[in-house]
Parts: sequence; C-alpha cells; structure tokens
Amino acid sequence: MFALVDCNNFYASCERVFNPALRDRAVVVLSNNDGCIIARSEEAKVLGIKMGTPVFKCRDLLRRHKVAVFSSNYPLYGDMSSRVMMTLAALAPDIELYSIDEAFLDMSSFGRFDLVKYAHDIRRTVRKCTGIPVCVGMAPTKTLAKIANRLAKKNPVYQGVCLLDRAELIASALAMTKVEDVWGIGRQLSKLLNARNINTAADLAAAPVPWVRKNLHITGAKIQAELNGTSCLPLEQVRAVKQSICTSRSFGKSVTALDELQRAVATFASKCAVKLRKEGSVASMLTLFIGTSPFDDQQARYWGTKTISLQYPTQDTMTLIRAAQLVLDLLFRGGYAYKKAGVVVSELSPIALAGRTLSLFADEALADSEQSKTLMQIMDGINERYGRGAVRLASENSVGWKPNQDRLSPYYTTRWSDIISVKG
Amino acid sequence: MRLSRIHSNPVLDFYTADLATSLELPLFATGVSAGFPSPAEDYVEIALDLNRELVKHPAATFYARVKGSSMIDAGIEDGDLLVIDKVLDAKDGDIAVCFLDGEFTVKRLSVRDDGVYLVPANAEFKLIRITEENEFLVWGIVAFVIHKPR
Repeated sequence: MFALVDCNNFYASCERVFNPALRDRAVVVLSNNDGCIIARSEEAKVLGIKMGTPVFKCRDLLRRHKVAVFSSNYPLYGDMSSRVMMTLAALAPDIELYSIDEAFLDMSSFGRFDLVKYAHDIRRTVRKCTGIPVCVGMAPTKTLAKIANRLAKKNPVYQGVCLLDRAELIASALAMTKVEDVWGIGRQLSKLLNARNINTAADLAAAPVPWVRKNLHITGAKIQAELNGTSCLPLEQVRAVKQSICTSRSFGKSVTALDELQRAVATFASKCAVKLRKEGSVASMLTLFIGTSPFDDQQARYWGTKTISLQYPTQDTMTLIRAAQLVLDLLFRGGYAYKKAGVVVSELSPIALAGRTLSLFADEALADSEQSKTLMQIMDGINERYGRGAVRLASENSVGWKPNQDRLSPYYTTRWSDIISVKG
Repeated sequence: MRLSRIHSNPVLDFYTADLATSLELPLFATGVSAGFPSPAEDYVEIALDLNRELVKHPAATFYARVKGSSMIDAGIEDGDLLVIDKVLDAKDGDIAVCFLDGEFTVKRLSVRDDGVYLVPANAEFKLIRITEENEFLVWGIVAFVIHKPR
C-alpha cells in the first residue's frame, strides 16, 4: 500500500503560514522574474486565474479582487519543504521524496491500522508542525495513489483523505479520471489515446495489453498494470511529472564515511547537471536526501533531507556539486549506515526563459551529453588554471543580472534579519 | 577534568575548571534507553550542541524577534529571540506567539470559564479577552527565550 502526500497549493500555503491574515484571501505566487503565475490558492483558482498566466494579462483581475501577489521566495519554500518531508519521514517506515511538495510513503506495514484514520493523523501532524495543509491518497499502486490524491484534493467530501482499496472504489475512480490526468501520460500520449477512443483511466486500464505495449512501450504497459492494481513502480525515484530531475541510488553496501557519501552526492549532482544541459533547462532549487535502511532498528534509523534555493538558476556542474555538498554537511550525522542518497533539482525553466538573454551555448550545442561533458571539462580545466569563474556559461550569474522580485516576502526561516517580529 | 569552587554567593556558585587531568565521558544525545544501543552512540560527542538542546522538534521550530515590553516580568524583553515550537499543544499558562487582528503578539494564555485571555507580564499593559470578533490564532508555543544581557 502506498500513500501519496501532496501539499495543497504549496507556495501559496508557505506565504500564508507567516501571514495568517491571508487565510481566506486569494494568493498567487509569480515565477522567477515575476513573469507568470505559478501557484494559486483555492480562492485564486475560483477567480479563474490559470496556472502559467503571464502577469500582464491578469493585472486588472488581480487588482480588482485584491489578490495577494508574491514573487517566488525559493529559500522559504525550500526550507518549508524540508520541514514537511522531515515530518513525513517520521510517520512512515520509508519515504520517497517525489517533488518539492509531494512524497510517497510506504504503508505496506500498516495493514493492522485504520489507514484512513492514520492518514488524517498525517494531515493533522504536518499541519500542526509546519502550518502546511496536505492531502493524502492511498492505494495499492503508486499510479492509483496519485489518482486517489487527486480525488482527495478535488472533492471536498473526502476531507483531504482518499483510500482506494476495494475494486469497486478503484473502478469508479478510474472512470472519473481523464486519461491525460494519469501519472506519466503526457499531453502527447493522451492525444494518441483519445484518437483511439481511450478517454478515461478506466479505458486505458481496459485497453488491449499488446496494443498498449506496442504504442506506449514499457512505461505505458507499467502504467496500465498499475491502474489494474499490480504494483510495478516500487518506492524509488521515477521522473517526476512536475518539473524536477532526480538522481538517486540505493547503495549496494552501506556507506558510513562522509567522504564516501560526498563522492556519491557529487556524482548525483553532476548527473543532474548533465540532464539539465541536455534539455536546455536551469534549476532554481536543489534537494538532497540521505537515509539508512528502513528495515534497521529504530535507533539506527536516520532520514534527512533539505531543500535549498540556488543563488541563481543554473545548470552548472560545479555549482550544483557545491550546493549538494553544502547540504550534505548540514545533514550528515556520523555513525549511521547510509543505504541511499539522492539529489533532486527542481523549479526548472528553459534556459532561454530564465529571465535573461539566450545562452551562448544554446540547446543544439548542448543536445549531446558527451559534447556537454567535454565542454564542462574544458571549462573546468580553464577555471582550475585561471581561477574560478574565468569562463562560465553565459547563462549563469552574469554580473548585474538580478531577477525582478518586487513582491518578495521576507526569508522568514533562513535569514536572521527576516524572522517574524512579534509584539511584546 | 575537575571543578573547584572559587566563589560563592547565596544564588550562584562559581567554578573554575582544573584541566590538569582529563577523563573522557561519553555524552549520549539519545538518552538512556533499553534494547540495542545505537551505532551512532559509538561516536562520543565532541561538543555541546545548543541546537539540540533548544530545538527539540527541528521541523516545527521557528524563530521570532520581540518588539515591545509587555512581557518584561516574564523575562521577555524588547529584542529577545523566541524559539517557537509549533508541535506543542497550547495549554493554560503557556507563553504563546499568537496572531491577533493582523499582527503577531507574544502573551501568556489564560483559559478561564468565560473564555481565553492573553495576559501581559507588565502592569502597564491591559489584559486582552479574545472574542468572536477577533481574528485569533495560537501560532506556536514559546519553548525558549534567548536574551542578551548586554
């Protein structure tokens, strides 16, 4: 049994924690450079404000309804994400960090418990510890848990918790879910499916298996099997639908030394950098997690994660490695036998849209990973000889470039001068 | 290491450390528990970590700066740093950071028959009774107060 815990309107909820007066007001958060809307509170959704809308197109609407508008405060969201994930990690034997605001929990050992009641406890605990509201979807497979979470979020009758455990519940949930809303089915695939009259998740579940395997390949076949209740995606990192890239690994033998972990983490970070360059993206946030085996004795168990915001959106190997190592220093505790670790980079944007002029090395130059590796190696060579920053991608940290962030809230949790002020 | 008392008054004893001899004593962060020892305890701690002492629930701990003198008799002064734990359940007598009508305020909670009161610790400030008209929320409980004496 899997549970997917997803934070409600995460960025908007983070702003509300430190500004409770916004409790019932519409809140939106803007992308890097205040370009478009990337997060909306329920009230903002009701006003008809769509995800991704450029601000200039809805300025009147925002003003008319006195919507609270915030620039994206990544240091705050990263820190709040770490808090939510640490809270969740203490509530389940194993956790998979899936995106900045979502995590899968392994509930397989919870058979004796009332799962719905436990899920409500999870919601209450996260809310109490962090102030962030979450929804919980539970089902025998991760794909179904995603669907359960969606229902928990959309339909108020669930009160934030949806358990799909019986066949008839699963069947009706699948019939209610459009195929493009199924985890892993993108817009492209859903066009292909719609053309074959496969419109709902139920249609996909019932489609002929050979046809699915031929047209949607192994991934599609797995999704189909998962919809039919056969778990084929274990608790491990799968490419998130939300914009993020993860590299993680379970170690063959446990790792106890910091330097060994440092090497692993550096490898993950540089793999993330390669993937970023391959798709011409830059990342604004980096998450690191390290953990011992969930099967260890309680005393010997440790799971730590931290999300930090990068100073500027980047795809640079060294920057990502340095950031990951910095976080590792904060998370590492001696004496534990680490079994897995991973690096997630998120809040990705195309390099051309990252608020600056086009990169000198645009997509085509970096399309091939070998080529980009060579480029990075040459750059690193030059930087080593002539000092850091002698050459760098045009995309990063060009002096004088500063994102437009007119409506930035304070860094409430990561800067002393920005902590909340209380009237004594 | 041995401590020797160098000065004493009715309230405080002052010690100096005798560093001529040393004896390493393990300090276990996890406390004493039955069952298997943690492998982490093989690593004797090498320093006292104030974070671990003051922050019992890291995921739920937040900080705030005090502006004002309404809690001065409770040892909370202007400029003090509050360590706030959101996990703790609010109970009568707790010092809490509350959100009241658009601003954060720190006061002692008093739960009485006729309702909840925010009690200042300074005779110059008035007692606040919370009514339905107030926008009110207990944001977190003050776990520690960090005060700089000079």
